[in-house]
Amino acid sequence: MVREVVQGAVEIARAMWVTLLHLFRRPVTNQYPDEPVAVYPRFRGRHVLKRYDNGLERCIGCSLCAAACPTDCILVIAGENTPEERYSPGERYGKVYEINLLRCIFCGYCAEACPTEAIVLEYDFALGVYNRWDAIITREQLLEPHQPPHVVLRSDVTLEPDWGLWGGTKRAK
Amino acid sequence: MDWIAWVLIPLVKALVLLVLLLTAFAYLSYVERKLVARFHVRYGPNRAGPFGLLQPLADALKMLFKEEIIPRHVDKLSYLAAPAMVVVPALLVWAVIPISNLSFRVFGYEITFYLTDLNVGLLYVLAVAELGTYGIVVGGWSSNNKYALLGALRTSSQMLSYTLPMGVALLSMVTIAGSFSLLDIVNAQRGLWFVVLQPLGFLIYFIAGLAETNRSPFDLPETENELVAGFTTEYGGMKFALFYMGEYINMITISALATTFFLGGWWGPFAAQLPILGIFYFVLKVAVMIFVIIWVRASLPRVRYDQLMRFCWKFLLPLALVNLMVTATAVAIWG
Repeated sequence: MVREVVQGAVEIARAMWVTLLHLFRRPVTNQYPDEPVAVYPRFRGRHVLKRYDNGLERCIGCSLCAAACPTDCILVIAGENTPEERYSPGERYGKVYEINLLRCIFCGYCAEACPTEAIVLEYDFALGVYNRWDAIITREQLLEPHQPPHVVLRSDVTLEPDWGLWGGTKRAK
Repeated sequence: MDWIAWVLIPLVKALVLLVLLLTAFAYLSYVERKLVARFHVRYGPNRAGPFGLLQPLADALKMLFKEEIIPRHVDKLSYLAAPAMVVVPALLVWAVIPISNLSFRVFGYEITFYLTDLNVGLLYVLAVAELGTYGIVVGGWSSNNKYALLGALRTSSQMLSYTLPMGVALLSMVTIAGSFSLLDIVNAQRGLWFVVLQPLGFLIYFIAGLAETNRSPFDLPETENELVAGFTTEYGGMKFALFYMGEYINMITISALATTFFLGGWWGPFAAQLPILGIFYFVLKVAVMIFVIIWVRASLPRVRYDQLMRFCWKFLLPLALVNLMVTATAVAIWG
């Protein structure tokens, strides 16, 4: 019994020591609204429609993304390119391109299915809206370069090498 | 004696004490949240005001503006009385806790840093502190809810059980001090704090104190995984806050009593030459005790109920009795 008591006391002392060490560490909290959140390059957030360097849209209106979508949240209606009105290099372009973000599960299948790498899941995660209809984002919104201030990109290096005694996710940029 | 010395001065002192204790309660809730957060490598409250210093105010306002809900199935009178029955005993104990031996004269009246000096102060403290159990039992019973009742029953049996080793541990301290008066007990520690003579007694008192105040790792009344919220299940708003007030003030009280009984009260280096330092030492010791209590909360998991009871009756109480016997023998031989 004496051994039990001594062992118990030692274990309690060890537990208290561990917590005491943690008291002097730097908090790992990200102060989100004040500080941007650093996301990994493979983070799957809000979609963006990409353009070629010459400004032409990559989307050719093939609807493969809509076919791949498990929740059926993408609507694509293709339109014909004419010599006067040319949006994309091929014959057709995405005339209507809508994504219902309330249904989207951010699986990224649409980006995988896309033959021209037009649709990409980028880094914005703050997608709250006040009106349910605003959750459906249109072609115009998707085509704009979307770089919100509350998101920054971090390197693809994992956290662990930086997770030293003094902790802190902020140093890993 | 005239009415100023008997009524006015104690009344003013009690009022000051009340205000100080309630402020201390408010900021203790902030300090605890902040400290536990740092133990968890978080920031804790930091939004309301600089460093979140206005958080207690925000909490109090929120609690005040909550809708007053009285469930239909409760026993109204005892349901409303229970929170007060927890807070009042916690505050009453402070009547005999001496903060400093300092005294000064105002218009010929001597003003001391304690409300009164009872010659049975220790018995008073134990008796009054135990009254808080009634508040919990009544709260649990009147809620008319099985979880609340189970929580209340647990709490009361826990508090009653742990009073025994606590009382015995204090008894061995009293055999050395030779007095029940808190003032005499502190004065007896002028040369040597009782924690040196009674390390075991101090430890037993501290553990029993954690159980008395329902603090982690003995926070059985709040085992949310089995009892929803124990005896506070049916309470909300300000009534719920009052239960918490009772718990936090009890925490300060236990720390202050530990300071008085074992850590030499206001005594410290140069306290005899500069009595004003005594107040500082007292507050410092209480703060250290509170820090340890919070530290324990952040470190140790909650014990099981049977472990709690076994530990008290089969280990702590015999240990306290042995400690008392050894102390009494030593005092009889050398004292």
